[in-house]
Amino acid sequence: MLEPGIEEKTFVLNLGPQHPSTHGVLRILLEMDGEYIAKADPVIGYGHRGHEHMAENRNYLQFLPNMGRVDYLHALAYNQCWCMAVEKLLGITVPERAEFIRVITNELNRITSHLLWFGAYLMDLGAFTPFLYCFDDREHILDLLDRVTGSRLTYCYYRFGGVPSDIDREFIDGCFAFIDRFRSRWKDYDNLVTKNVIFINRTKGVGIITPEMALKYGITGPNLRGSGIPYDIRKSEPYSAYPLFNFEIPIGENGDIFDRYVVRLAEMEQSLRIVEQALVKLPNGPIMAEKVPKRIKPPAGEVYQAVETARGEFGIYIVSQGEVKPYRVKLRVPSFATLSFFPEMAKDNLVADAVANLGSIDVVIPEIDR
Amino acid sequence: MNAAVALLQAKFPDDVVEVTEFRGDTTVTVKPERIKDICLLLRDDPQTSFRYLSMIAGMDYSPQSPRFGVVYNLYSHKYKNRITLKALLKDDRTPTVDSVTEVWSTANWHEREAFDLVGIRFKGHPDLRRILMPTDWVGHPLRKDYPLKGK
Repeated sequence: MLEPGIEEKTFVLNLGPQHPSTHGVLRILLEMDGEYIAKADPVIGYGHRGHEHMAENRNYLQFLPNMGRVDYLHALAYNQCWCMAVEKLLGITVPERAEFIRVITNELNRITSHLLWFGAYLMDLGAFTPFLYCFDDREHILDLLDRVTGSRLTYCYYRFGGVPSDIDREFIDGCFAFIDRFRSRWKDYDNLVTKNVIFINRTKGVGIITPEMALKYGITGPNLRGSGIPYDIRKSEPYSAYPLFNFEIPIGENGDIFDRYVVRLAEMEQSLRIVEQALVKLPNGPIMAEKVPKRIKPPAGEVYQAVETARGEFGIYIVSQGEVKPYRVKLRVPSFATLSFFPEMAKDNLVADAVANLGSIDVVIPEIDR
Repeated sequence: MNAAVALLQAKFPDDVVEVTEFRGDTTVTVKPERIKDICLLLRDDPQTSFRYLSMIAGMDYSPQSPRFGVVYNLYSHKYKNRITLKALLKDDRTPTVDSVTEVWSTANWHEREAFDLVGIRFKGHPDLRRILMPTDWVGHPLRKDYPLKGK
């Protein structure tokens, strides 16, 4: 019983748009019942640049640099998806060496993305040191990618029909050196984080995504695999050179934060395996398809192309009407679907866990906003 | 032939308008009136089992008529295949179609986006408001008659 004159009321708490745990400009309106969240409403669109609108008003090649800016953390996968979608429209096959180079750079980029998530997420939870370890390792990959692509973050490296420049001996040696170095670091990461009792208490049994919920909300990537569903487009709809390599799809059991963390860590090891095999098997030959038209003018038709990024399924739906510009481009971004699950996840939980949950699903805000 | 296409043609013979294949992608154009039933069938029937909706795109096909459309891309984890559903909406002024939020919860945000950017109304949507543009924005930016700055 409440004393007379005192009533039960909820209040609204604003998380963001400039909150450190939102990693971008995301605002979440939390309706609070004391310490517990009664309702969460993500407000997105602060970084809406109109990529889809831009696509309709540029030719196919002019839109290519935009792709590195949709999700800047795994830019090469987005590059690849656009190139593959246009190649599918045009009916071009990419030479094998180019596919290998795409896979190598793409997987290195996936590791940088997971490393950044790892460091930044631990920082969200109040651990500062792992961040320094991650950025140290990440820097080595950025140097390697810088050497071959010419940029460190917003890559624009692939072209329709292949890649514009070949990789050299120094890059290959650098990759092998990095793989050895990175593998020797697992011990440190395990000791620092995986076996850390504070981290375990904070993440085990928290932020559970059940497999049913994950399917209903269209969640993909490590978030889905953490719930035990082995859906990875690299395996289920094999593209590029992925069918040629041995790798596994790590999955979790409980769908909690800890499982998602374990899945991402295991994925980095799988990426290393892919890179290693690709470097060993790297075939000789051209890096660009022969008959790529100078002026890209695909026939009328519509295609959907999906790739597996560090955050899940990224899909591009292009409608071509036989012009030099696409008629309509729809970008299906993984974080959009994942974030739409957040209200369900946060409901009736503590606000402190909301921050842990939000970080654990690894959303990139500019990707959601497009 | 694709099992999903055969199933749709058997269960909804009057609603399937056209089936096209292009570069390995199957697109089925259906009438919009019973879209929810069609989606429910595709999701629940063991022959198709499209339990994952990957996207909904609002389309403006002007100057064609019917001008507006909605495109759904479905994926089946069981059979590892995809299908694209397309519905052309009759009303060029206020294009309306039934919401599929009850079929897949992820449709909620995708439909809000299609409403926001293309101006398609989804009947039965629990919370149809703008998502990417500010709440007081006028117009729908992905419509073909939306002015482009600098032109």
